[in-house]
Amino acid sequence: MTTTTTVLSARPSFVETFQRLRLGPYLFVLGVAAIDYVVIGPNQFVNALTIGAIYALVALGYTMVYGIIELINFAHGDVFMVGAFTSMFVLTQALGQDGPIDSPGMLAVVLFINFTITMIALGILGAAIERFAYRPLRHAPRLAPLITAIGVSFILQNIIQIIYGPSPINTPQVIDPAARVEIGGVSIGVVNIFTIVTAVLLMIALQMLVSRTKIGRAMRSTASDRDAAQLMGVDINRTIAITFFIGSALAGAAGVVQGLYFGNIQFTLGFQAGLKAFTAAVLGGIGNITGAALGGFVIGFVEVTAGALGFFVWGQAAVFAVLIITLVFRPSGLLGQQLGERT
Amino acid sequence: MSGQGVTTTTQPSSTSGNGAAGDVVLELRDVHTYYGKIHALQGITLEVREGEIVTLIGSNGAGKTTTLKTISGLLHPRAGTVHFRGRDVSHTPAHKLVRDGISHAPEGRRIFSRLTVMENLQMGAYTRTGREIDENVEHVFSLFPRLAERSGQKGGTLSGGEQQMLAIGRALMARPKVLLLDEPSLGLSPILIQQIFGIIREINAQGTTVLLVEQNAQQALEVADRGYVLQTGRVILADTAANLAANPDVRRAYLGEI
Repeated sequence: MTTTTTVLSARPSFVETFQRLRLGPYLFVLGVAAIDYVVIGPNQFVNALTIGAIYALVALGYTMVYGIIELINFAHGDVFMVGAFTSMFVLTQALGQDGPIDSPGMLAVVLFINFTITMIALGILGAAIERFAYRPLRHAPRLAPLITAIGVSFILQNIIQIIYGPSPINTPQVIDPAARVEIGGVSIGVVNIFTIVTAVLLMIALQMLVSRTKIGRAMRSTASDRDAAQLMGVDINRTIAITFFIGSALAGAAGVVQGLYFGNIQFTLGFQAGLKAFTAAVLGGIGNITGAALGGFVIGFVEVTAGALGFFVWGQAAVFAVLIITLVFRPSGLLGQQLGERT
Repeated sequence: MSGQGVTTTTQPSSTSGNGAAGDVVLELRDVHTYYGKIHALQGITLEVREGEIVTLIGSNGAGKTTTLKTISGLLHPRAGTVHFRGRDVSHTPAHKLVRDGISHAPEGRRIFSRLTVMENLQMGAYTRTGREIDENVEHVFSLFPRLAERSGQKGGTLSGGEQQMLAIGRALMARPKVLLLDEPSLGLSPILIQQIFGIIREINAQGTTVLLVEQNAQQALEVADRGYVLQTGRVILADTAANLAANPDVRRAYLGEI
């Protein structure tokens, strides 16, 4: 008898054990992926994973911020958009790039510098948005910061529109979009692999940070009970600022890969992507980091599958149908908190 | 209106019993605290000396919890001062006071339900670094062996009594000079209440000063050196615990005697 079983009244049945492991959501996502692979074929599948990885990175920011201050940060999609522009700026202005880089060493250096600068810059932007737009409203009714978030969203869009104009502009694809490798008989774009691997590594890093480190514990305890966290010595303002910094830095990374993958960006980019990433966060269970990652990939599958089956114009509708279905039938999402607060 | 009739403020010399009372570590002078427009504390004056167990008793809404929150920095007084070890901390935020040595186990336990027992304890030591943290965990486990058994479990899955043990253990992890305990016996079975009060004595014997808020005045006065009786945000009586327990008014109002 382990300690876990003694609390939860004797002899769990197989079904109960299964439910307790909570593998259901993961199996669901794997099932969706497997069926999708058969339906849309390997090429579109890789495409779905790539787009899903970008949504997942953005969704992490939504879910982290919601988890800690219960705010749907509607400006987050635009933070992602600013990330794509920042990356373009760093590549063209600071690093003088205009197209594919052949030397792998050079490419690695360029990408490293680009990710570092963009993520730090976006982290600072996110923390500044929190400091000046949301913190003054922390004790205001919940609608106030929500409206403010929409305002911040417009401000970011307008700033970029003023600087770079309303039309889509090209951004250097430093990873040659034509470069492909063969894996298991399937030819896959190098940029796709790079995007997926980068996203997964960042998610693992985030998960480690949140679950293993002191700052991660501070974030989780602040999310769980702000007053109690303060009584432990946690500086709430600093912790919330760090949460915004990390979430926005991840959106910055997503902006970098967005540019590398698609090759052009526009000031409206954040609106749609933001809503889809938000859908991913809700689907995964808002406030849950693993859920946001899973949700991002599912949304990628839904969107790409709709297109691959000839319903391209319905892609958006399909994504938002997922949002509505989730909210109606499983509002807590795939991995939503099931452990109630007990006092 | 403030400080009315509390003639006993100058009597700490009369504190008898366990633990030779030392210097004043905590002192509230005419503290007024508000919740928005509600005037919750209307001039609280009290002091706690090193090594003491001091209890605040009084009925619901008397201001006991508010007093603790004002001390720990979750609330700040609009008038009056809180001094901790000679320093005015009236407006110091809660997270800094933990570092200085005030640890507050709040009402309703407020443990982190989604963190494990071990993580809750680690949060208690948030302001500290170094290897002694592990020794402290061992110390808390020796006080509350149940927590050791449950260390990997999520806080929210513990029973009420276990959560209370965790709340106290977590507060001790900061190695406080002064421990503020708010209703540690609330909702517990009589056996558990006995246990908890035994542990409060033990913690005090090991050198931690305790300020205890309790509904259970009987038990509180048994463990405490001194006590203050609060009513509608004011101190109406201050005396040694023994004298309070013998006071007919106190017995009638708070110890259920008719």
